[in-house]
Amino acid sequence: MIDNRLTRFFKQTPHPALTVYCTAGFPTLHDTVPILESLQTAGADIVEIGMPFSDPIADGEVIQQSNQVALQNGMTIKTLFEQLQGFRQKVHLPVLLMGYINPVLQYGIERFFEHAAEVEVDGVILPDLPLAEYEREYLPLCRKYNLSAVFLVSPQTDETRIRKIDDLTEGFIYLVSSSSTTGKTQGIQAEQINYFERIRQMQLKNPKQIGFGIADKASFQTACQYAEGAIIGSAFIKAIAQSADLPASIRQFVQGLR
Amino acid sequence: MGRTTTLSQFQVQTDGYYGKFGGAYIPEMLFPNVEELRQQYLQIISDAAFQAEFQQLLHDYVGRPTPLYFAKRLSDLNNTRIYLKREDLNHTGAHKINNTLGQILLAKRLGKSKIIAETGAGQHGVATATVCALMGMECIVYMGKVDIERQKPNVERMKMLGAQVVPALSGSQTLKDATNEAMRHWINHPHDTHYIIGSVVGPHPYPDMVARFQSVISEEIKHQLLTKEGRENPDYVLACVGGGSNAAGAFYHFLDEPSVQLIAAEAGGLGVNSGKSAATTVLGKTGVLHGSKTILMQTEDGQVVEPHSISAGLDYPGIGPIHAHLYDTQRAQFYAITDDEAMQAGLLLSRMEGIIPAIETAHALAVLPKMQYKPEDLVVICLSGRGDKDLATYMSYPYESA
Ligand SMILES: Cc1ncc(COP(=O)(O)O)c(C=O)c1O
Repeated sequence: MIDNRLTRFFKQTPHPALTVYCTAGFPTLHDTVPILESLQTAGADIVEIGMPFSDPIADGEVIQQSNQVALQNGMTIKTLFEQLQGFRQKVHLPVLLMGYINPVLQYGIERFFEHAAEVEVDGVILPDLPLAEYEREYLPLCRKYNLSAVFLVSPQTDETRIRKIDDLTEGFIYLVSSSSTTGKTQGIQAEQINYFERIRQMQLKNPKQIGFGIADKASFQTACQYAEGAIIGSAFIKAIAQSADLPASIRQFVQGLR
Repeated sequence: MGRTTTLSQFQVQTDGYYGKFGGAYIPEMLFPNVEELRQQYLQIISDAAFQAEFQQLLHDYVGRPTPLYFAKRLSDLNNTRIYLKREDLNHTGAHKINNTLGQILLAKRLGKSKIIAETGAGQHGVATATVCALMGMECIVYMGKVDIERQKPNVERMKMLGAQVVPALSGSQTLKDATNEAMRHWINHPHDTHYIIGSVVGPHPYPDMVARFQSVISEEIKHQLLTKEGRENPDYVLACVGGGSNAAGAFYHFLDEPSVQLIAAEAGGLGVNSGKSAATTVLGKTGVLHGSKTILMQTEDGQVVEPHSISAGLDYPGIGPIHAHLYDTQRAQFYAITDDEAMQAGLLLSRMEGIIPAIETAHALAVLPKMQYKPEDLVVICLSGRGDKDLATYMSYPYESA
C-alpha cells in the first residue's frame, strides 16, 4: 500500500482537485520552487513538475516551447533534485514528476526513484513508459520508495486496459480529455462527456483527473463534474511565460478558476 | 509477456525487441493505433490476396525486380567483384517505395483513409505521395524546414502528386523534428489516419513491418546471384544507414548466413569528433526516441543531440533497433563516412559507371576503399537511390579537383 501526500489527498479532501502542471526551470532556471510556493499560497491542490525533454511528442507548441526554454536555461534532472532539496519545509502539496522516459533512463532508473523519494515528491508520470516495462522494472521501485505512478487513459483506451491500469495504479488515473497533444482548447464537447460518463460507470478504484484542453474556469468546472479533479498545463504556462510578477500572476490564474 | 525465440536471434522477438533494443515506448494516445497494427500486420501481410496485389504492383508499377548490375570498372578499380543492387531504378528513384506500397495496402485493409508521413531527403515523402495518388488517399508529409530548402526538387514532386507538405519548424528542423510532428499529428487524428513511417524506426511493429517490406531487396539479390554466379550468398553486403530501411532490406535474408559480412555506412558528417556528425553507433548510447529503445545520440542528461550530415536522409540521431542489435552483437560492422568521402564517392560512381547516386547511397560506396577484399570476393552494394534530388548539392560542392 502506497501512502503519501497524493493518496492521502484523495482520501481526505472533499473538493475536486486543481492540479497544475509547470515545467521545471521555466520561465527562468530558479523559478521552479518559488512557483510551487505560489501555487500553494494561491490554493492549487496538486502540482506536476515537468522534467523538460528535447522531443516531447505528446505536447503541443506551448509546452514544447517551455521545454526548450527550460533546457536552454540549463535545467536537468540533477539540477531539479538539487532545487527540490528541502522544499518540503515550505511546500506541503502533493507533487509529481512528469517526463519522457529517456532522461530518466540516463539518470538511472533506481537512482531516479531513490532521489525522488529523498526530496519527498509523491509520484511520477512517465507517459511513454510501456505498462509491461512498468510492471517488470518500475512497480517494485514505486513500492520500495513509496511513490505513486500515474498512467494516462485516452478515449480510445479499451476497457480491459483501463481495468489493468486501475489495478496497477495507486494515486489517480489521468483521463486525457480527447485524443490530442497538450494545449488544444476546443472546450468540452458532448462526445467527451459520453466518454467521462463511460469511465465513471466503470467504478474504478482510483480517483480520476481530467487533463489536456482544460484551460479556463468553464472547462475546469465541467471536468470536475465528471472526475475527482482536473489538470491544467498549457494555460498555466502561457499565464506565467511573460509574467513580471510570478506570485501575482499565479494568484490571479488560480483564483480565476475557482 | 514471455520471450520466445522466433526464426533467428536477429529477427524481432514476440515482445517487440531485438535483443536489448526495440519495444513500443509511446504515449497512451498512440497505443490503440499501434496495438491494432501489432495485432494485425502479420496476418494481413501473409494473406494471399494482399501478397498478390503487393507483388503485382511491385512488378508492374514499381518496376521490380531491380537489376543486379556487375560494375566492371568499379570492380577493376577495387580489385574485386562488385555488384550494384539498383534500387535507384525503382519508380520514384529509391527503395522507399517498397515500404510505402506495402504500408498503404495495409492501411486500406485497416480501413484508414488518410496518410501521414515524415521525410528527410524527400524520397520517402515522394514515395508516400505517389502511392497515395495511386490509391486515392489524402496525404500529408512533414518535412524539416532545413530539408525543404536542401531537397527542393522532391518538395515540388510531392506537391505535383497532390500531397500537402508541412514544414517542421521545431528543433533542428530536420528528420527528427519531422518525425515528432508526424507523431503529434497521429495523436490528434487517431481514427482515420495511418502513419507510414519511412524507415525501420518507431515503435514495434514498425521496424519489423518495414524490414519485411524491404526484404524483397535481399530476396532478389539471392536469386540474381545464383543465376549470375552460381551461389546465393555474397561475401559482403554494403548499405547506408539513416534509420536503416534499405540496409535492413539488403541484409534481411543474409542475417543468418554468417559467411556474409554485413557492412553499414553511417553519416560521419564533418568527422565523428567534429561535433557535426550523425554517426550514431560511434557517438550514441542506449536511449529511447520515437517509440523505440535504440542507440541514440544524446547528452549526458538524455536530451537528443542534433545530428549533422550533408545528406538529409542520414541526418538522424538514432538508428533502427535491428541495427542497434546488429551492432551490439557485432553481426554487422559499422563505418562512419564523412561528408567529403561521400561526395567524392558519388562523383566517382558518376564518372566511372554513369550512375549518379543519392548522397545517402554515396556513403555506402565510400566504404569500398576502406576494406580489403580478395579478387574473387563478391561484394553487393545496395544502391538505395538516385542523385537527381542532390544535383544542386553536388554541383555546389567545393571538390578539390573535379
Ligand atoms: C536514397 C536513400 N537512401 C537511403 C536513405 C536512408 O534511409 P534508410 O536508412 O531507411 O534506408 C534515404 C532516406 O531518405 C534515401 O533517400
